Amino acid sequence: MIAIKTLPDWAALLTAFLVLAGAALTMIGAIGLVRFRSFYERVHAPTLGATLGIGGVLLASMVYFSVSETRPVVHEILIALFVTVTTPVTMLMLTQATLYRDRAEGKAPKITDAPPLPADVITPDRTGVRQD
Amino acid sequence: MRGRANRFLAWLLPWPAVSALVLAVWLLLNQSLSPGQIFLGLLLALTAPRFLTTLDAPPLRIRRPWALVRLLGNVLPDIFISNYKVTRAILFSGPERQAGHVLVPLSIRSPWSLAMLACILTATPGTAWISFNPQTGLLLMHVLDLKDADELAGAITRRYERWLQQVFE
Amino acid sequence: MSMTILTWSLMAAQFMLAIAMVCACLRMFRGPRAQDRVLAMDSLYLNGMGLMLVFGIVSGSTLYFEAALVIALLGFVSTVALAKFLMRGEAIE
Repeated sequence: MIAIKTLPDWAALLTAFLVLAGAALTMIGAIGLVRFRSFYERVHAPTLGATLGIGGVLLASMVYFSVSETRPVVHEILIALFVTVTTPVTMLMLTQATLYRDRAEGKAPKITDAPPLPADVITPDRTGVRQD
Repeated sequence: MRGRANRFLAWLLPWPAVSALVLAVWLLLNQSLSPGQIFLGLLLALTAPRFLTTLDAPPLRIRRPWALVRLLGNVLPDIFISNYKVTRAILFSGPERQAGHVLVPLSIRSPWSLAMLACILTATPGTAWISFNPQTGLLLMHVLDLKDADELAGAITRRYERWLQQVFE
Repeated sequence: MSMTILTWSLMAAQFMLAIAMVCACLRMFRGPRAQDRVLAMDSLYLNGMGLMLVFGIVSGSTLYFEAALVIALLGFVSTVALAKFLMRGEAIE
């Protein structure tokens, strides 16, 4: 099953390090997804995998194929580009949906720490979400 | 004469940055630099961005590309640092860690810089953009560890907002 | 020597990504609310994509890259559709 081509030492070790670091970060992010108690905390966990986790695996793949095929293989940049553009969009839409659903049930998020503000800014009908 | 040339260029490339991106993506996807692929890519780059015009997006003008580089130079280290912090929070944090919502006043208003800031804050683990109120200029965000919340507003202004302003506004 | 390290670290990476997918599934089944499940599904897609890329390195074939790209596209579209659905109760406007 394993058909790894022989690489020079530096490339093999670099690939090994990058793939391990990426996979470890992704796994830690997923553990956070299970461990954290509230939805808003859980939003932070998968971004670990989406930034450096996937980044590590993609870099490893780039190093491995560039060295083993002796030509620059950079099309992994496409996935990196796509993930960096789309992850914020999905996370934003999910938090917006959560905010909307929480407010529909009358549970606006509590603001614990903030620069001094009049209290009325935080009332549900004026906090930026379009209510159309 | 020059005005006509400029107008022709504006008609040919309504979204120059998007056209360049389309061409680059096409060549990367096909993994080749052969003349045929470059021709197809150019064809796509000239036609595809035209459909963006129907979206009524505000024009994208990058005023100072150098500021964009400085911004990226701030974002990348921050992603590494916050990855480390969130890793520690997931593996070792006990009940004493406080997560919560924070309001941060922003001074940027242009849609492109707000969108960019939303992407930056969401892509950085540990902070998440929740909603922005254009009337009050207040951003509601969620922070995984409230200990850093005091520096947060300052850091956003200093490290991101200043450069975003220079790039887009 | 270094090739043994690479082989073993590729195995370990696949194992860790599989654990990550199990964790995401756990959260997807446990909920408690719909947005938690959608978030877990998004993370599941992402982990699956990472696993595809590691498979690509292990098998030495760049074909897995296309699979990873398709997974990324599908994951994005489905998560956005679901988030939209949670927001309004209807997916298509």
